Formats: sequence, structure tokens, C-alpha cells
Amino acid sequence: MKKLVRNILGLALLGTFALTSCDNDNGMDPVDNGPDFSGTFATADQMGRPAINTVFVPSDMKDNFNVTPPSQQGGMYATAFAAGLKALSPAYANDGDKNALGLDATTFGSVLATDVLTVSTTAPTTFYDGTNVLTGRNLADDVITVELLLIFGGEDFTENPNLSDDNVDANDKAFSSSFPYLASPW
Amino acid sequence: MKKSIKLLAASAIFAVGIGIMAADHIDAPAVQGTTADITDFYAFQGENTSNLVFVANLQGLLSPSATSSAMFDENVMVEFNIDNNGDNVEDLVIQAIPRDGKMYFFGPVAPAAPGVTSTIISDATNIASVDITPYGSSAITATQNGMMVFAGPRDDPFFFDFGKFTEIIGGTASGFDAQGTDTFAGSNVMSVVVEVPKSALGGSGTLNTWVEAKKK
Repeated sequence: MKKLVRNILGLALLGTFALTSCDNDNGMDPVDNGPDFSGTFATADQMGRPAINTVFVPSDMKDNFNVTPPSQQGGMYATAFAAGLKALSPAYANDGDKNALGLDATTFGSVLATDVLTVSTTAPTTFYDGTNVLTGRNLADDVITVELLLIFGGEDFTENPNLSDDNVDANDKAFSSSFPYLASPW
Repeated sequence: MKKSIKLLAASAIFAVGIGIMAADHIDAPAVQGTTADITDFYAFQGENTSNLVFVANLQGLLSPSATSSAMFDENVMVEFNIDNNGDNVEDLVIQAIPRDGKMYFFGPVAPAAPGVTSTIISDATNIASVDITPYGSSAITATQNGMMVFAGPRDDPFFFDFGKFTEIIGGTASGFDAQGTDTFAGSNVMSVVVEVPKSALGGSGTLNTWVEAKKK
């Protein structure tokens, strides 16, 4: 509704401008400079890997995490992420507990806190296929189950089996192998 | 619409607890439900394996009826960030912003300055534009200056039994079901897709990438 009002206001302003232009009959052709791309834009939301802010960042820090450049996130959030992992998962309950990548809560928390998605320009893309780790993210990659396994699955992915796989393994529509790859909307 | 309200309500409840788990849908109070709310980010090798594809999805949990009136915001610029020397500071950006029914793309190009504030590099060498695909139409794509580009509504490619997860976190379920339910089934997002040659991105094999929604 607000948007509609804004649009109407916008149209009214445009109308005023058009009228003014017509009145301003100085014989010169109006110059079409194309769309206006000027102005300063400030970060409102950002993400690298899926579900990082939603899972690991305490509620009162979520907005700030979204506007912290990745190069500063590690220093600011690694400790909170490690604490979050320990609080969230029984697989990190004991000292020395690690996940299947061999990372303990402190190390894994530190890795996750810098929220960038690493992408290989030489290898095929996978979020995690058992061998390759984080060479990008395909549309079809079951990223949530990978993350659940790394959070809850323990050293060999066998711990907490009822928490480490949501048993939704694929999208509800098939993807295309060609650009733009995503499925048409419902 | 009803569904998204229900989901938003559910997420609001759990956000005060341990935090909700979706890809990046409704991830933080300041952006949730706005035109700057990023739901997902993907980066993968293209059908042409010499290319990389970047996908930014915004405005999640759109029902079909909400999708028909959903629009990109002319005050929101989508910026794909590429760090090609391992310091997690962007060396290149690809910027996308809508104007009058078209999505304009600039880059890959060095940003005016790295960080949280940006200006649009409208004199970039690599520029492309494409008509925003209307709801119900086949995908409209364009190829210009070596870039393939698309903007418009798409099925949300994210899948997760978010409902069961919230029950687990809320203490009313002890684990996932043997057969999960995709909470994001049947919902749409507003997608921005750009495919560029890997050779335009620099680096020596590994890039760090992320996406931002930046508001004017």
C-alpha cells in the first residue's frame, strides 16, 4: 500500500516535471542521458555460505553481521560461533570433539565466521561430495544436510543420525542444464 | 500469502531463541520481508565449463499470487563480490540494478572502494542489460560483452525441512522424519543470474565470493 502511494506520488512528480519541461520552450531537444545510476549504496544484507547468519549468529548480532565486511567477520564472530556450535550440538559436547573435516568447535567456528563461499575455477563445483569440499555451490547440492552432518554428525558422520539429515534431498522442481538454470516459478 | 505470513510468524518466534535455519531467508530483523532480503547465493561452473555462474535470490517465500506482483526495487543494488587473492576483500564486483523494467549489469570490474558503501561503476567496460522476465513468461535472457544475464521470478531452488527443524529447536520433536517435507516447496524468489568467463575473474584457482544487497 505504501508502495502504491509512493508510486502515485512518483507519477505525480513525473507529471509535474513533464509539464515544466513543456513550458520551458527554449527550442532545445531534451537530452536523453539514459537511466540514472548515481548515488551511494550501503549494505543491507549479505551472504556467502548458506545458513551461516541464521544458525550461528546470536539474535542481537544478526543485523550487524550482515553489514560487517567478511575480512572483519572472523575477528568479531569466531568466538561466538564456537560457543554456538557447542551449545547447538551434542557432537561438540566433549573437549577434543571434531567433525568429519577434523575441525574442533574453535577451528570450525573460526572457518565459518568468515562468511565467504570459496569457488574453484579449475575443479568441478560441489559444496561437499565426500572428497571435494567447497569448490562452490550448485543449485542441486544438499547444502543443509552437509551442514547438519558437519554440525551434528561427529568425527565420522555417524553421531546423532536423527539430527544430521533432514531427509529432503532435492528441490521440488528440476533444474535446467542451460542458462538461467533455475526452474520457472510456481 | 497466508503461507508466508505463517512462516514469518514462525520465524519471528524462533528468531528470539536459537535462531532460525534457512539459507539466508529472513535472516535478520532489519532486512526480513524487505526487497533487500537475500535468500540465497550460488556460484558454480556453467554449462560452458570456461564460465562461472553467480545467482542471487531475493524476497523469499513468495506464493504464486504474491509473485505476480513482486518487483525488484530500483533502490536496491545486488553486488556479487569476488576476492581473487585470498584476503576476503573484494577485488572485483558485478553489480546489478533495475531501471524501468530492465536489469542492468556492470562488471566484473574493480569497485570504487571495497566495503559496505558502493557507487555503481556505470562506465565499466563490461555492461549488459536484459528485460526483467514477467511472471508467467518464458525466461528472457541476454548475452552482451561475454556476459549472460537474467532477472525475474523463479522457483526457490532451496530445499529444507524447516518446519521439522523449528520443532526440534522448540523441543517438540526429537529428530527429523524419515521422509522430510520441503518447507520451500511451491514458493518463489526474485532471481538475478549472471554467467561470466572465468578468465575475467582473475585468481589462481580459488576465489572467495559473496553477495550483498545494497540500498540507496
